[in-house]
Amino acid sequence: MNTSPFFIKPTPLQVVMFKVALALVPAIAVYTYSFGIGVLVQITLATVAALATEAVCLKLRGYPIKPFVTDGSAIVTAWLMALSFPPLAPWWMIVVAAVISIALAKHMYGGLGQNTFNPAMVGFAIMIVSFPAQMSRWAAPFGVLPQSLDWSAQLSWIFTGNLPAGLAFDAVASATPLDTVKTQLMQHASMSHIFQSPLFGTIGGVGTEWITAAYLLGGLYLLWQKLIPWQIPVTFLAVLGGVAGVFHLVDPTHYTSPLFHWFSGAAMLGAFFIVTDPVTGPTTPLGRVIFAALIGLLTYLIRVFGGYPDGIAFAVLIMNLAAPFIDQYTQPAVFGRKGKQKKAGVQS
Amino acid sequence: MNARAALAVTFFPFHGGVHPQEHKTESSGTPIAAGPIPAKLVVPLHQSIGNMAKALVNVGDHVLKGQMIAAADGTVSAAVHAPTSGRVLSISPQRVPHPSGLLEHCITIESDGEDRWIDRNRFDWRTAESRAIRDYLRDMGVVGLGGAVFPSHLKIGGASDGLDTLVINAAECEPFITCDDLLMRERAVQIVEGIKILQALLQAREVLIGVEDNKPQAVDAMRAAIAGCEFKIDVVVVPTLYPSGGAKQLIKLLTNKEVPSGVRSTDLGVQCFNVATVYTIYRAIEHGEPVISRVVTLTGNVERPGNVDALIGTPIADLLAFAGNKPDSDSYIYGGPMMGFEIPGTDVGLSKAGNCIIAKSSGLFPPKPAEMPCIRCGKCADACPAELQPMDLYWFGKSKNFGKAQERNLFDCIECGACAYVCPSNIQLVDYFRFSKSEIWAAEKSKKAADQARERHEFRQFREEREKREKAERLAAKAAQKHDAAASSADPADAERAAKIKAAMERAAAKKVEAAAAQVAADPLTPLDPDANAVPVAEAVAAPAPEPVAPVSQLDPEKAERIREAMEKRAAEKAALEAMSPEEKAAREAEKKAKIEAAMAAAAAKKAAKAAEAAKAQGDQADGA
Amino acid sequence: MLTFTLALAIMAILAILLGAVLGWAAIKYKVDEDPLVDKIDAILPQTQCGQCGFPGCKPYATAIANEEADINRCPPGGEDGIRKLADLLGKDFKALNAENGEEKPKAVAVIDEDTCIGCTLCIQACPVDAIVGAAKHLHTIVSSECTGCELCIAPCPVDCISMQTVGETVTTWKWRYPVIPLTVKAAA
Repeated sequence: MNTSPFFIKPTPLQVVMFKVALALVPAIAVYTYSFGIGVLVQITLATVAALATEAVCLKLRGYPIKPFVTDGSAIVTAWLMALSFPPLAPWWMIVVAAVISIALAKHMYGGLGQNTFNPAMVGFAIMIVSFPAQMSRWAAPFGVLPQSLDWSAQLSWIFTGNLPAGLAFDAVASATPLDTVKTQLMQHASMSHIFQSPLFGTIGGVGTEWITAAYLLGGLYLLWQKLIPWQIPVTFLAVLGGVAGVFHLVDPTHYTSPLFHWFSGAAMLGAFFIVTDPVTGPTTPLGRVIFAALIGLLTYLIRVFGGYPDGIAFAVLIMNLAAPFIDQYTQPAVFGRKGKQKKAGVQS
Repeated sequence: MNARAALAVTFFPFHGGVHPQEHKTESSGTPIAAGPIPAKLVVPLHQSIGNMAKALVNVGDHVLKGQMIAAADGTVSAAVHAPTSGRVLSISPQRVPHPSGLLEHCITIESDGEDRWIDRNRFDWRTAESRAIRDYLRDMGVVGLGGAVFPSHLKIGGASDGLDTLVINAAECEPFITCDDLLMRERAVQIVEGIKILQALLQAREVLIGVEDNKPQAVDAMRAAIAGCEFKIDVVVVPTLYPSGGAKQLIKLLTNKEVPSGVRSTDLGVQCFNVATVYTIYRAIEHGEPVISRVVTLTGNVERPGNVDALIGTPIADLLAFAGNKPDSDSYIYGGPMMGFEIPGTDVGLSKAGNCIIAKSSGLFPPKPAEMPCIRCGKCADACPAELQPMDLYWFGKSKNFGKAQERNLFDCIECGACAYVCPSNIQLVDYFRFSKSEIWAAEKSKKAADQARERHEFRQFREEREKREKAERLAAKAAQKHDAAASSADPADAERAAKIKAAMERAAAKKVEAAAAQVAADPLTPLDPDANAVPVAEAVAAPAPEPVAPVSQLDPEKAERIREAMEKRAAEKAALEAMSPEEKAAREAEKKAKIEAAMAAAAAKKAAKAAEAAKAQGDQADGA
Repeated sequence: MLTFTLALAIMAILAILLGAVLGWAAIKYKVDEDPLVDKIDAILPQTQCGQCGFPGCKPYATAIANEEADINRCPPGGEDGIRKLADLLGKDFKALNAENGEEKPKAVAVIDEDTCIGCTLCIQACPVDAIVGAAKHLHTIVSSECTGCELCIAPCPVDCISMQTVGETVTTWKWRYPVIPLTVKAAA
């Protein structure tokens, strides 16, 4: 027998996932323009590997394959991970990461909607912990160094590890802006000296500042479409910028400005696409604020005082663990129970 | 699409809500039609919250239109009336408009086509006491017609110092339904007359009529009708947002008061009536017409969608035929598409709750896509007008963690379906909530039953203990008496004690007789001993009255009533026996004896057979092994 | 040496402090627990049928609490009841002991009034006083009080008592567990 409500709003999961992917397209375009075809290769590899892993896992678990492979969640995971990867990382790394993220972080926890940790960030984190050298080998954007790899050279490097004769990877490589600032500061270089490097543009790195701006654009589209709660990006960016601002005001020679933090690394990608993952975050409005604020704080601490140049992945994974706890204690007051509520979650 | 009634009136939005396709214009274009008088009406007896009404007529009786055929049973109940004149065909369990598809008692009436009324009299409510008004409305079968069918008389005469706000619910927020819209367009004056009665009865200082802005014609009609009112009254146009017609949501919209969970709105000085209910109150009081019909929207996959003033009990099939049902309708929704349910068949009779019947076809209601896992996107929480976290309640319901669900205020859920409507994973969230709720209710019921059984068992043990002790005391006293007589005051102290005991016993016996007499006088049919009313008091003194078999005084009135009925039956039998001649008596005695003997023999035979069978079974088993 | 002493002191102070907090919490948030017997008794269905081999639910509860009886001896409580007992006592679930009977749908006893001879034997057997009547008078069962223990059936000399299953009505009907159309093909 059918039960009420007899009609439902036609917004299937696929549409949601498609729109998220759509919001990433501008950033991917800018990325390809400034860094070459590497990122597209990474995205393709990740997507294929993720979908294949998804299908195998569903098959093994006895679930119908079609509705779950086509729901788009694996694709979004793959894209987010590929966008966090160095675009010229060897092909097997992104494949391994995709398999890990789908098989280990998603299906081992029970599949779509059941995972505790953000699958894309699990894949990324495992790879950066296991292969720190390869994961920090970034090529400089076009036009920064005298030499750079053209698209065919990039393909060859990713798949075979061979470069055109007479060219070493170090000649085209460069650390990311965040990494550069961190290592240079450790060598007691002055901030103004660091920023004189051709790697840096107006507010962030050359190229990367435009990619992050494109993420911001995509994020605003998601906000407009009401696909992500506004509390998360707003709080995350506010806290990241706020903490950075305090440090910057106290000691501008050692701490970069909030603008730099916003437009470097994965800050914008994280704010709109990663921290907003609904499955692994809290669902209450206040909980989302707390969650995003703590991720912002952790990100800053890891970036500035930690061992890794960027901190989004670890900050997100740490806070994923706290999400149910945050939910438990931030239950909003129910209609007709305002004032005397607050304690609903305490008597567990 | 249509000109929205755009008038700046203050209202206070509630959280959440959804705006599904309205589908109202299909049925709102034509005036209310008079419904058919079907050949046969199936009138359910359970047409209000609370107790089922008690049938007053017998099979074969001729009834008139408006005649009470079933009376309210207790306070929370309402009477049921014959919708037209005719003959009672049956009083039996039949399918009713309920999602379970189970049977419930209905009175089936074969209409004689004359549609002849009973005498109708205006009720002089201005001079009547509030209790009399309440009883009158109960006997007129007035219940909330918005769908909850809460007996209206229970809402009247609560607060003595008057009401702050009387809210008239004309929001009609569910898609497809237009019966209240049409009622207001065509009968606004009568509705306002009803409002005047209610305002006076409740001493309301202010009346607010809440209408959604997709009913401009109804708003105009109501505005015109309230023109001459001598109290503060206003038509408040609220935005079309489901479920603004939920009582708590509408009260919040109009008064900005949030009715606390588990508290009646009356305690906040607010009372809410559905607009159709107000109309029936007016008809009942000013015209003496009980609730025997209602306006119902017939829409969906039918040739002539519209509203009809249909008799209660009209089989749904007749209504569908009236509206021209299309052949590809596959099932029928009773109520709106958001909160209604599919009826088990078109043979069920229309009840007072039935505001809308939607013929479903796969074109109009495409089959729902398969459920996907919840991704905790929170859309349901954004849509929930009760400000719950539906995804968590779904989780708890699915894993049958009912305690946790209750802790997270499951019972504040109004089952409006907004969460399931917006869910991108197509999860039927409300089904999980309904499931959890009925499981919790059932568990509470069985716990109550267990507690009662425990209490009764403990009382029985206590009673047995006491009886044993009393018997022992009696025996001891008898022995002491004997001893007393034999040893004729050998010991003065002993004698004194014996005398004391005797006196005490006499006192006790006297008291018992007194109690028995009092009880007999008060209630001759509830004897301490079945023969007590026949036994002279003197005899009662001689033989101490035995203890009651069941603790009669412990029983509640209903049970006492039942017992009394049984006793009455016995008394009648006894009287009949006494009226017989000695020969007859002897014959009967012999007959009974024979019967008993036969029964005992049969029982013995049965037992023997059973034993043999068991032995055989055992043997077979042994063989098998 | 100084660092060592300092660390020791800090740890000691911390230990004392946290100990005090724990002690205070234990007193402040002390939960008055029901004795175990009552908790077990609350789970038992109170049918008082004696199928467990004990004269009523309370004695059985006492026996369970004293570890003298197993938790799978109550047919009216059924599997659900055994699960709850297992949960409460931290034991493993066991199937119902077949010697004690089998789980049946809830039923009430009904007296066939044509056959009843008014012997009062059933009244004496009823553990919850749900049968009304007197010697040589027709007996009747108050069905709302009947627990369905079947103890009245055996003593009846004329076999006039039968068990009638309590069917589902509109008021007792329950919404079913929603059927999830997501088909799991193989056993996961």
